[in-house]
Amino acid sequence: MSNKTKTTARPNYVSTTNACKLCTPLGASLAFRGVEGAIPFLHGSQGCATYMRRYIISHFREPVDIASSALGEKNAIYGGGPNLKKGILNVMKKYEPALVGVATTCLTETIGDDVPMNIKEFRAEFGEDLDLPELVQVSTPSYNGTHTDGWHGAVRSLVEQLCTTKADAAHRVNILPNMISCEDVRHLKDICRDFGIDATILPDISETLDGPSLEDYVKIPSGGTPIEGIKTMSGSKGTIEFGRCLPKETGGSSLEAAFGVKNHRIGLPMGLRESDRLFEALEDISGTPMPRRYELERGRLVDAYVDGHKYIFGKRAVVYGEEDLVVGLCAFLAEIGVDVVLAGTGARNKGLDEAIAAVTNGVARIAPEVREGVDFHDIAAEAETLAPDILIGHSKGYRYAKAWGVPLVRVGFPIHDRFGGQRTRHIGYGGTLNLFDRVVNAFIEKKQADSSIGYGYI
Amino acid sequence: MSTTILEERKDQIHRTGEGAIDIACNRESLAGAVSQRACVFCGSRVVLYPIADALHLVHGPIGCAVYTWDIRGSLSSGPEIHRLSFSTDLQETDVIFGGEKKLEAALDELIDRHDPEAAFVYSTCIVGLIGDDLEAVCRKMSEKKGIPVLPVMSEGFKGSKRAGYEAACNAMFRLIGTGSTEDISPVSVNIFGDFNLAGEIWIIREYFEKMGVQVVANVTGDGRVNDIARCHGAGLNLVQCSGATLHLAQLMEDKFGIPFERVSYLGIEDMADSLYKVADFFKDKDPGIVERTQKLVKEELEKLIPELARYRRDLEGKKVAMYVGGSFKAFSLVKAFRHLGMQVVLVGSQTGTKEDYAELAQITDPGTVIIDDANPLELSHFIKELDVDVFVGGVKERPIAFKLGVGFCDHNHERKEALEGFKGMLNFAREIHSSAMSPVWQFAPRRASRIAAAKKEAVNE
Repeated sequence: MSNKTKTTARPNYVSTTNACKLCTPLGASLAFRGVEGAIPFLHGSQGCATYMRRYIISHFREPVDIASSALGEKNAIYGGGPNLKKGILNVMKKYEPALVGVATTCLTETIGDDVPMNIKEFRAEFGEDLDLPELVQVSTPSYNGTHTDGWHGAVRSLVEQLCTTKADAAHRVNILPNMISCEDVRHLKDICRDFGIDATILPDISETLDGPSLEDYVKIPSGGTPIEGIKTMSGSKGTIEFGRCLPKETGGSSLEAAFGVKNHRIGLPMGLRESDRLFEALEDISGTPMPRRYELERGRLVDAYVDGHKYIFGKRAVVYGEEDLVVGLCAFLAEIGVDVVLAGTGARNKGLDEAIAAVTNGVARIAPEVREGVDFHDIAAEAETLAPDILIGHSKGYRYAKAWGVPLVRVGFPIHDRFGGQRTRHIGYGGTLNLFDRVVNAFIEKKQADSSIGYGYI
Repeated sequence: MSTTILEERKDQIHRTGEGAIDIACNRESLAGAVSQRACVFCGSRVVLYPIADALHLVHGPIGCAVYTWDIRGSLSSGPEIHRLSFSTDLQETDVIFGGEKKLEAALDELIDRHDPEAAFVYSTCIVGLIGDDLEAVCRKMSEKKGIPVLPVMSEGFKGSKRAGYEAACNAMFRLIGTGSTEDISPVSVNIFGDFNLAGEIWIIREYFEKMGVQVVANVTGDGRVNDIARCHGAGLNLVQCSGATLHLAQLMEDKFGIPFERVSYLGIEDMADSLYKVADFFKDKDPGIVERTQKLVKEELEKLIPELARYRRDLEGKKVAMYVGGSFKAFSLVKAFRHLGMQVVLVGSQTGTKEDYAELAQITDPGTVIIDDANPLELSHFIKELDVDVFVGGVKERPIAFKLGVGFCDHNHERKEALEGFKGMLNFAREIHSSAMSPVWQFAPRRASRIAAAKKEAVNE
């Protein structure tokens, strides 16, 4: 049994083929979409906003309005400040947002637009005459980091720019859940309710990116983390933030440093042991023991692990995607006896190897090859030696799964070639059970498809 | 102070029949308006993308390449290099010290790995700012590798998608004239402005084959570098789509004296007219061509018309809105919907010209809303006001329709259904039928209450 992973250096490729990451402002836009009354605003050329909208819409199948300062050539030369201000005014006229989340792009970072100053000027120019929305800004140069950095950056900006005073103490927990699905957020809310504790989940995309069919087209979908909730995060009993590969400074660490709100940094609660950590943290913060419902859920998960183990033991998995999702998947797969042969993320300098070693300690049968800065070309280059039986990650791995004749279990973002990506459950005992069923069934399905006999009893 | 249509956008909207059309267009998108438009890079990328044996390297940070990875349903009958997403993935240090070396190394590596017939190198916003000399790197790599390496000057902020079309055409124009024109029949055409979505170009090529017309190059659906290099040997260029390849046809007319015709393969009249135009053009060289074309059209229509009639029975009187990239497609769609007994009440486009909109005003019924560079709130406003049953657009428009309980047909570059040609018209009818006639609309709140109200009214009468 090994708990030490081996990090192999990325082969010395210069170019990227079929990237396993997205750009920084996309993550920020997604996070801003999870705040009540908010509209994301990209400070850059029109194409960025449009491309990201298209990409996000294909996954969530929801309207995703992202504004842009729509910079042209002149703005690129003389600066984009005036367009940014004009754009915010137009967004105010059309959308009446409670918050405008401004994220930069490679264009505006490079021309050196000073967005905090522009916003300060904007407040000074229009603040007296107009009822201004909250303006939160985050720096997201797309040549620096990936969409997860954009996401975490936006969350931290929201906390630091909105939660500026110590709020009254309340029986409440802050949860910074990382990039999980809408269904996952709903599950988290249920869990907190069952623990009898109020929760501020930031961001909360459960309704804003998976809304109901309505009478009218709403300009900004309802739901999302209430702004007042963000402003009073300083009064919560504790913060739980998901992610073992987070930057040093996050929304959670800020709250701890500024207001002494204890930050519980745990991994994405995937698998039994990582989910236990979530429930322990909630017990600790709420002072309530784990409700029976979750004891039962946990028990069912163990029961399923036992029932299904023979279908999957010793199978070889390639896992890819956002760094913390990969860590969570490794934690889960190690528990069920699936050997992760390669764990890859497009992000760099995330400490992925240590995080995986930590969560698989004591259960993993082998140490996976861990790759940061990976693209699909890298993964494919080693297909023969890796000899995977299954791929687990987002839709973009499909062409490889198809070429290798192995199943792809779709998790995370984006799911562009299946229906219901926003409703995929990943976290907690329930989410893990759901994933477990899907993994086991993927193998059963493969066995059935490969067999010449029509087994209806496997 | 909420307002659906911003003051500055009011002159970009017109209603047919309400005075002379004088619509503002070809403008930069308004900041904060949430335009459906993309950028210059996007324009270049979508035009060149389907050239299947070329390497398409995006020089910039990762986003531009990933968001356009396999973005179109453009099929290839052979190589599929176009379906991969290549990027130099510029990092902060490259932005500071310049990305030329990385670009050179990336080209070196990728050309060796994929052995393409040519490479297109796309410039992005950031490259325009840091001033990498694409031209020089491409020239150097072209000499080193012995294939054309072509810079595409598509910095995102330098205009709209339309400027990107021009950049793409300029890049392709460098190829044209470099190949041998032997074995090219005098009765021959190039297919411009079709992207072989779901294999549509194969349908059209079959028609030309039956007419006895040689197709030299597909520009760019199922495109090949060597075909494009020798396409100046063709007798006629056929240009579809509003603007994507018109510039290239003009360049070829100026330099090689090759005339062009504007065509459309969508709908019954436009498909037939396009084939007749070609027959007419070549009738002196090939006297039998007119008759062969008539026979082809007749045979196809005999199969198609009875089938369409079945769908028409259900669709008669339903209302359609469309928002498309180029407005040329809209002309054909307006006519195609008439065959289904449906009425077009809204037509919008991202990049229409004054002439395009004037023509739309000509062919649409009074009251039809014509709109340039729209956005979600305007589109949803008109869908409600005009009480639309089916919306035609691209992926970004889909959720707008669905949230309002309205059927939707993807007529953009992501579609995986062939909608061109006579065969495509049938697919189109089938898709519109399944979009409009599904029982699900009875449950969508906006339509559900309307249906309930109609029932109540019927009872009161």
